[in-house]
Amino acid sequence: MTATTFAGRRTMAHTARRRASRIGLHVFLSVLAFIFAWPLIYVLYLSFRHYGEIVLNLNGPFSLPDNGLSSLSLDNYTYLINNADILSYFWNTVVITVPAVILTLFISSMVAFAISKYSWKFNLLVLMIFTAGNLLPPQVIVIPLVRLFYAIPLFPPLSDNGLLYDQTIGVILIHVTFQTGFCVFVLSNYMKTLPKELNEAAMMDGAGVWTIYSKVILPLCTPAVAALAVLESTWIYNDFFWSLFLFQSGPKRPITAALNNLNGTYFVDPTQLAALSVMAAIPTVLIYLLLQRFFVRGLTLGAAKG
Amino acid sequence: MSKLESEGLAPASETFSGAGVALPVQRHHHYSLLTAHDKVLLALMVGIPLFVFVILIWITTLASIVLSFTDWQLIGNWHWVGLDNYTQMFTTYPFFWTAVRNNLLWLLFFLGFATPMGILLAVCLDRQLRGGWLYQTIFFTPVVLSLAVVGIIWNLQLSPLAGNGFIDSMLTGTGLVAPANAPNWLGESTPLFGLPFPFPPLGMISVLIVASWRHIGYIMVLYLAGLKSVDPALREAAAIDGANERQTFFHVVFPVMAPINRVIVVVTVIEALRAFDIVWILSHGKEPLQLLSTLIVSNALSESSLIGFGSAIAVFLLLVSLIPIIAYLTRVMRSED
Repeated sequence: MTATTFAGRRTMAHTARRRASRIGLHVFLSVLAFIFAWPLIYVLYLSFRHYGEIVLNLNGPFSLPDNGLSSLSLDNYTYLINNADILSYFWNTVVITVPAVILTLFISSMVAFAISKYSWKFNLLVLMIFTAGNLLPPQVIVIPLVRLFYAIPLFPPLSDNGLLYDQTIGVILIHVTFQTGFCVFVLSNYMKTLPKELNEAAMMDGAGVWTIYSKVILPLCTPAVAALAVLESTWIYNDFFWSLFLFQSGPKRPITAALNNLNGTYFVDPTQLAALSVMAAIPTVLIYLLLQRFFVRGLTLGAAKG
Repeated sequence: MSKLESEGLAPASETFSGAGVALPVQRHHHYSLLTAHDKVLLALMVGIPLFVFVILIWITTLASIVLSFTDWQLIGNWHWVGLDNYTQMFTTYPFFWTAVRNNLLWLLFFLGFATPMGILLAVCLDRQLRGGWLYQTIFFTPVVLSLAVVGIIWNLQLSPLAGNGFIDSMLTGTGLVAPANAPNWLGESTPLFGLPFPFPPLGMISVLIVASWRHIGYIMVLYLAGLKSVDPALREAAAIDGANERQTFFHVVFPVMAPINRVIVVVTVIEALRAFDIVWILSHGKEPLQLLSTLIVSNALSESSLIGFGSAIAVFLLLVSLIPIIAYLTRVMRSED
């Protein structure tokens, strides 16, 4: 009897302690979440404001809208869409990202299939070449790469200057190449987990290599391919290193590189800059919010092995 | 191709079967199932991408090494200059060591703060809190933003220009700091009254905080996935033995997570060496804030065309990067066997 009461009291004390620690944890995480979200909240708020109001108001960006909510507007957005060619930069991004993601997944799934489903002396070496290359800092190769792109002739309609340099196709090429390194690693690990009997059974049925790849293995890799598609779209969309140094002319650059150019100029209206960065952030944030699962799976597939 | 044929293409499964005696017969059996057409197809599937990859990534890496021994500046003649670029880099060029310091600082800050912070958040969120998904979403959102966007967002916080940066506007607007004394968060001065060289400039510390803003969420997601894969029975056993949560984590979960821990350390080191974008955007070209990666580009591509000298810095970065890359690959190779 006494023993049960004692145990009961102990459990109650334990529960109370647990609850206290939970509340503490919530406080800690909420404060941190606010710090994390603050720059985003602020930039969103700023994007609806007017520069004039900020300048006239002595408190600068810290001020609240003077006339209540009426001073917040979509003016910055409409101005940018109508005057700054934003949509054409977005289109440049689409023209680079969509083919680059599709090609990357197509090519890397073939390589992964060949090196994971058939034993061959150089499989490991091939995997190393791709993986190690993907881990290199891109700045190590960028100097010769720019010279190489100047040296490779390319004719219309693929190129409008006769070179690979300063061409959308050149930027797509380097994206596909670099990202293939990562995707081969992820997909070959994934394919190795598929039962080997599948391959053997298909071979016994007389299926050729292409049939096994396209009809048997690739459909089974849909979860991994979908995760990579989400991840790669975001990465390639977000890139601005390659587009900064492989494009010479502004008009072909994607939205991220265009954004960076504007950021360098000092006399830009910060409210417009805020609206511009919100617009550039929307596609990836939206993809992330809608397809969070794929995102996380893609990242963890890449790190699962080790 | 001839090499490929002589080796024969057998299903990968057999290399893992470990049945040494039966292997040759089996190999031959499957080898015969692949037609010549299939073998050519497989060779092309690997060969063409491999060829492009080697040219664009590895041949250019070798080209960087070759170029580092020249004085090529795009215009005029070029000569072999031996190790001159390296001598200059190590001795007379002052910003090289500044960049090395900044890269080291980046590494220490990430290993000592950002990565442990990501692990801590993962451990907190692993406890099935109510609303945990909301925290997770907020902490991870910075990771999906382009660094160009991150640069602008933080410029709007840190900029010293009146009316542009939120923090300084708040400090001066509320009268806490006189406008003349408002700190330049992206500046070259050291925060503690001009401490000498080894101490980082304030701008570098700001950049590290911005970089952590992205890195923490990334590590959190990687680690959270690892934690979810830990066998719950281990924790239950620890709880029955009377271990509290802290003890369970440090003595049971953390050791079981050894493979993930190693991946995360390697990822952190590689990220510290690859860092480029944030510094490029936020430093506005200030030399005391540069990293090796940005020095390469500013020397050879953007401000001047010192191809040879820029390549020497690139080779230095390559050699340093090979350490974590090889460490990583050795692990992968071991788990293949």
